[in-house]
Amino acid sequence: MKIIVNAVPHEVTSRIMSVALSELGFTSNAMATALNGRFIPNMARETTALTEGDKLEILAPMQGG
Amino acid sequence: MQLYDTEISSRLMLGTAQYPSPAVLLDAIRESGAEIITVSLRRETADGSGAGFFDLLRQSNCRILPNTAGCHSVQEAVTTAHMAREVFNTDWIKLEVIGHSDTLQPDVFALVEAARILSDDGFKVFPYTTDDLVVGERLIEAGCQVLMPWGAPIGSGQGLRNPGALRAMRAHFSDVPLIVDAGIGRPSDATLAMELGMDAVLLNTAVAKAGNPKEMARAMARAIEAGRAGYNADPMDRRDMAVPSTPILGLAELA
Repeated sequence: MKIIVNAVPHEVTSRIMSVALSELGFTSNAMATALNGRFIPNMARETTALTEGDKLEILAPMQGG
Repeated sequence: MQLYDTEISSRLMLGTAQYPSPAVLLDAIRESGAEIITVSLRRETADGSGAGFFDLLRQSNCRILPNTAGCHSVQEAVTTAHMAREVFNTDWIKLEVIGHSDTLQPDVFALVEAARILSDDGFKVFPYTTDDLVVGERLIEAGCQVLMPWGAPIGSGQGLRNPGALRAMRAHFSDVPLIVDAGIGRPSDATLAMELGMDAVLLNTAVAKAGNPKEMARAMARAIEAGRAGYNADPMDRRDMAVPSTPILGLAELA
């Protein structure tokens, strides 16, 4: 299944967000997720299903003003 | 100075972007005496680079104020705020909703709407706004207990483009903490902001892009302290004409 992760197409096998994140190598504790523009809390990743073409944003702490 | 329910003693708040190196950033934070630093959220890479930066921030022992920089809509800003609350474990959010890409001027209409949504959801909102009094009133009605008017466009270093409007804000919002956010370029700009009665100054580029960020951080801290002390000391009124400071009484007639 192809999904868009931070604007880049990726192939994932799992349809569960938490599993797909591990599959893609995103294992940091200091990151937040949004699916198709909606915030998905850490606790909800295990129960969030992915579908073909979903847009997943994974954000992390960065310098800011 | 009380920001929401937190007592803060340093009136300088520092951004963490654009420093030559992480070590220089840490030096600048320490020299500035800042207790609050601003940060953002950006796309993570699979190597977990964001976690390393977060560890660096923890070394500063500062309170973190995440921003919604780069958001152009209510939905983007609200979603970013929720993501920041989870990552940084804070309900503080520096709310930016940008209206123009070139001037980075706030979209004050979207700002008020996002501020209301986030305040209702328990966030403590620090809105980056213009110096418009009516917008300030709307933000307070929306739940904000702090206002952050711009001095000049973000990153421009132009100083205070409209000191009169900031003076009017001080008079109008006598009990609301006012923090000048954006536009400060030099220590004298920060001093002027404080002399106008602002409660604090938030700056980033002026320190990060100085030739010596550590030295500039120290200079800004002193400038802000001087400006605050000057405001508290109640400066004299300006006069149109000269008035001799040496007494006329007792002046000899020698002509």
